[in-house]
Amino acid sequence: MTEQTHEIRLSVNGVEHEAAVPARRLLSDALRHDLGLTGTHVGCEHGVCGACTVLVDGQPMRSCLMFAVSAAGHEITTVEGLARPDGELGPVQQAFRECHGLQCGFCTPGFLTTITAGIAENPDPTEDEARDMVAGNLCRCTGYQNIVKAVCRAAEIARESEAVR
Amino acid sequence: MKPAPFDYVRPGTLEEALQALAGHPEAKVLAGGQSLVPLLSMRLAAPAVLVDINDLPDLDHVRVVADGVRIGALARHAAVLRDPDVARVQPLVPLALANVAHATIRNRGTTVGSLVHADAAAEMPMVLRLLEGSLDVAGPGGRRTIPADELYVGPLESSLHHDEIAVEAFFPALPGGSGVAFEEIARRHGDYAMCGVAAVVAVEGDRVVKASAGYLSVSDIPTVVDLTEALDGSVDDTALAAAADVALEQLDPETDIHATADYRAHLARVLTARVVTAAYENAREEQQS
Repeated sequence: MTEQTHEIRLSVNGVEHEAAVPARRLLSDALRHDLGLTGTHVGCEHGVCGACTVLVDGQPMRSCLMFAVSAAGHEITTVEGLARPDGELGPVQQAFRECHGLQCGFCTPGFLTTITAGIAENPDPTEDEARDMVAGNLCRCTGYQNIVKAVCRAAEIARESEAVR
Repeated sequence: MKPAPFDYVRPGTLEEALQALAGHPEAKVLAGGQSLVPLLSMRLAAPAVLVDINDLPDLDHVRVVADGVRIGALARHAAVLRDPDVARVQPLVPLALANVAHATIRNRGTTVGSLVHADAAAEMPMVLRLLEGSLDVAGPGGRRTIPADELYVGPLESSLHHDEIAVEAFFPALPGGSGVAFEEIARRHGDYAMCGVAAVVAVEGDRVVKASAGYLSVSDIPTVVDLTEALDGSVDDTALAAAADVALEQLDPETDIHATADYRAHLARVLTARVVTAAYENAREEQQS
């Protein structure tokens, strides 16, 4: 028996994509397999690790806990959409590089998306607030110290670029 | 793991959604999916049909009414949590919601979905019982209201019929002269708690006139214990110890990879004293304001 597929339109990083997917296709798999956007990583696949976090209408959500069919009609932002329009690193990406906020990099896309939304909501987080912001993302390399530093640095960079504008 | 195949429908009206449910004995409702999708991915559940209710109208609301707060089936935890009116009318709701998973999960998960998932380790089913709230469900025969104390019948099992959809929860307002408190202990903030306790305490002057506590992760179903008699008007150490004794008689903590049964019982005892004391102090403050 061939499985029924659904024709869906997904808006990802401002680009409209069309795909035919079975209803059970997780959004994470649709992004990676159907659209070829492999920046979104899949760790635990049941909502615990946070690696697959993407922004749905600007809010961080687990792409492994949504079906692609349910995501149609929403604006999705993945790690591929976080660079500045001129192609330079976005504030969070730049802060992760400056603060050595990653080692193996597997968890990084989930951190970058989560923090991007986090500092938009709280532009000047304390260290405690920074920890709370990333509490739902697991990193097995860094011990989190430099990630917490990167959250505060990212907020600083974002505030500076806002001031320049 | 990936979910087993299922048929998917996303109806635009409640009537169509109810028809879709009625037509398939193995259909499940999908709202936020933050509990359901992991179950599907781990193949602990394999419904034949998913009825996605995210397009249904008039369910995405958080409304303050005369006697409490009404929360629609599509209101995300995050929306309820940041609503200042909810915090004013029933402060226990945001106190508990801040402990529901992580912010990322709260952006998608719905409060009503959490209520019908009926997990005894979850915060909101216990809070609904403690506050003596209720759940409105729509079915083929119309709408009915299920009081919280009739909602939970077993582990992950509610008294909803298969062909019904939960549409709105009701959390009663905090009465005057009352205070609430919530505390839970988890290995990491946002993880499932090893034990959590909430309390509602009513005072007249210095005296406790009514007190009850709700417990999570230390029983099969969300459990509420009346502590009024055990406290006998006071929150001194003797009274709190007596209250914890009464509570533990009704709890049945289990050992798992995260904590032993004894440790959970210890947490229930310590947290009972803490939240009852905090709720008492909040009630005293409320009384003086």
